[in-house]
Amino acid sequence: MLTVENLGISFVTRMGTNKAVDGISFTVEAGKITAIIGESGSGKSVACYSLLGLIPQPPGRIDSGRALFEGQDLLQLTEAQLRETRGRDIAMVFQDPMTCLNPYMTVGNQLMEPLRYHKKVSKAQARERALELLEEVGIRDPASTIDNYPHQFSGGMRQRVMIAMALINEPKLLIADEPTTALDVTIQAQILELLAALQKKRNIGILFISHDLAVVADIADTIVVMQEGKIVETGNRDDIFRHAQQPYTQKLLRAIPTGGKSEVLPKSETLLSIRNLSTWFRQGKTHVKAVDDVSFEIRRGEVLGLVGESGSGKSTIGRSILRLVPITSGEVIFDGTDITALAARELKNMRSRLQIIFQDPFASLNPRMTVFDTLAEPLLLHGLDNRSTVGASVLRLMDDVGLARSFVRKYPHEFSGGQRQRIAIGRALATRPEFVVADEPVSALDVTIQAQILDLMRELGKEYSLTILFISHDLAVVRKLADRIVVLQKGKIVEQARTSELFEQPQQPYTRQLLQSIPGRALRANAT
Amino acid sequence: MWRFVGYRLLQAIPVLLVVITVTFFLVRAAPGGPFSSEKAVIPEVKAALEAQYGLNLTLFQQYTSYLSDLTKGDLGPSFKYPGRSVNELIAAGFPVTAELGFYALLVALSIGGVAGIIASLRPNTAQDYIPMSAAMIGICMPSFLLGPILILVFGIYLEWLPVSGWGDIPGDKILPAVTLGSTYAAYVARLSRAGMLEVMSQDYIRTARAKGLPEWQVVTRHALRGGLIPVVAFLGPAFAGLLSGSFVVETIFQIPGLGRFYVQAAFNRDYTMILGATVFLATLIVVFNLLSDILAAWMNPRLRAQFAEQ
Repeated sequence: MLTVENLGISFVTRMGTNKAVDGISFTVEAGKITAIIGESGSGKSVACYSLLGLIPQPPGRIDSGRALFEGQDLLQLTEAQLRETRGRDIAMVFQDPMTCLNPYMTVGNQLMEPLRYHKKVSKAQARERALELLEEVGIRDPASTIDNYPHQFSGGMRQRVMIAMALINEPKLLIADEPTTALDVTIQAQILELLAALQKKRNIGILFISHDLAVVADIADTIVVMQEGKIVETGNRDDIFRHAQQPYTQKLLRAIPTGGKSEVLPKSETLLSIRNLSTWFRQGKTHVKAVDDVSFEIRRGEVLGLVGESGSGKSTIGRSILRLVPITSGEVIFDGTDITALAARELKNMRSRLQIIFQDPFASLNPRMTVFDTLAEPLLLHGLDNRSTVGASVLRLMDDVGLARSFVRKYPHEFSGGQRQRIAIGRALATRPEFVVADEPVSALDVTIQAQILDLMRELGKEYSLTILFISHDLAVVRKLADRIVVLQKGKIVEQARTSELFEQPQQPYTRQLLQSIPGRALRANAT
Repeated sequence: MWRFVGYRLLQAIPVLLVVITVTFFLVRAAPGGPFSSEKAVIPEVKAALEAQYGLNLTLFQQYTSYLSDLTKGDLGPSFKYPGRSVNELIAAGFPVTAELGFYALLVALSIGGVAGIIASLRPNTAQDYIPMSAAMIGICMPSFLLGPILILVFGIYLEWLPVSGWGDIPGDKILPAVTLGSTYAAYVARLSRAGMLEVMSQDYIRTARAKGLPEWQVVTRHALRGGLIPVVAFLGPAFAGLLSGSFVVETIFQIPGLGRFYVQAAFNRDYTMILGATVFLATLIVVFNLLSDILAAWMNPRLRAQFAEQ
């Protein structure tokens, strides 16, 4: 149905010409799912956007190739002809449902727009069709939510709306650009299932873009692996997963988090003990019980995984421990001291022993501070170094987190996401803390980078003899690092167990549901 | 929402009190007085005048009596226009100034908004640089320079438009409105360009394009609302600025508005008139800022929901 041949795209800037896509060819068949896999910057999104004329030209430039869709070369169409195709024959679903819906328009109006524009149907008919589709994609009670604004929906629900919007004109081809990357694992599983079901029912072709092989393992028919603008390997799913030929594909496969760590639990004293912790937020006249009467302990040297979906209160627990949010009641006892009772000055001293690594390395580093300043600040603030000794300490930290010493005068924007997360880890470790809260430290990263950062954290954990509270929505990631796991739901603890026990014999239905959401089920079935 | 409005109005009371107090003592600290002139006034006459207007009381007594009159809405008698109260003078001058300000605001929004939107659609091209350079000139050019230039060009050389007056000859309102509005047009252009650029880079604009909408619909249906919120938030301060900044234009074009009374009052040491106009304008500024904040919040569905709760 779609045949792309020898597609080449460059970006022309003052710095020179940069070949983003270099002569790639692939096909999408009706009723089949073709997945394009690659890391950020591999050109996979650019290639797909160019088919619909959605890359800005200039700086973008299509150098070569054809993209035959139902006999027409998409690359030769005029802008007006392309507009006719976009949203009618070929529709798109984007990565981040939080930002891809217009916050100023009701969901219903956005949903009806493609239908009203392309098919010139009446408003009442369009609304009726929109309601049907919302129902079909699993929005509860569409009649009363259709006139809501996007912010009134959760991330997963918004992605369902996006999918409904893409399907409203019954397109023949759907391009889905990382449609589940911004979502929790459980929601991801639901959205993947929904996409597969809708695809079967309508017999449409899907071009699925992702950085994560595991995500497409369960749904893709054909897999195209891209690296630096070129296709590395193409094959059907089983071939790729069983007999990947190329080293790069094998590397991607290895990056999929599987298995856990096989160490014995440290037999040491309790370092941190949380007793009946509650953190409530006021919302209007009521309270949101973000954390509701939670108790657990962490031993010295242990890595405790804290797992739950968005809104389960896992991040709030991490922040409550560090007193970054005011707690409502309960105790946080760190090495014999109740942190919740500390005065401001005592808390400052305590802070050098407890640190946090945040999820988004783009937002949590000050863009106007060089790496040197970022790493030196905590050292100087806590009096661990003076002006003359701080330089050596910073370089040592850079070595530890695997950053070249020559980067020390650079600013955050000059680094990739993975490198930034290394900086953030370095900052957290600068004061030689005993305890670190790692709040979704790899969720914003590509899988290959994710694997590197997890390895780094494991090594550093040993080297610095750290105790870590590792917060994540992704059980597969937590499994690689954690000795024990606490599962949270709606601010309460559902289950806590040793990692291997939790994976082998989950006691609670909710835990089983989380385990089933881990992408790549087909992959694991193959492996066993 | 009403709680928010009530809170903001309560906040305004101390602000206004400070404005009144500072103005009251500042104007009195200035040398001279309402009844000093080159000609020597007989001491008895001066004393009688001062007694009539309460100037023989201590400064603090004058202050408290002014405040107590103010709570009744009485801004006191004018010192310079015998027999007329400040309330009457403001009532006479304000409608003219408000009308001028309103037209100027229309000029600012239409010229500035269109220029900013056009510039934002092709950033860093001639389509961007030309209107934005014009905007920069507009910001730099003071109205006492722009006014006479416009008079020279359109009034005297081309003879298209009258050079002065207000409501006497058709078209005599155009030049003052343009003169007063152009500076604000420049600000509006810069704000709307920045707002539109911000919105046009959002992911949901890409979504709109992916639906196949033509570019003008992408702009009008999806981008304008978010892009113009900064402009709406600026409307309040802008309108207040137009009212208080209109005195130069009113002087150039001989318009009998509040601005001229205000300036003359300062020259004449017309204490009550200065104070009255200050209090009046300060109140307007507070009210207009509040209104534009409410409007800007209302345009954003997310804030609207929070807002309705309060």
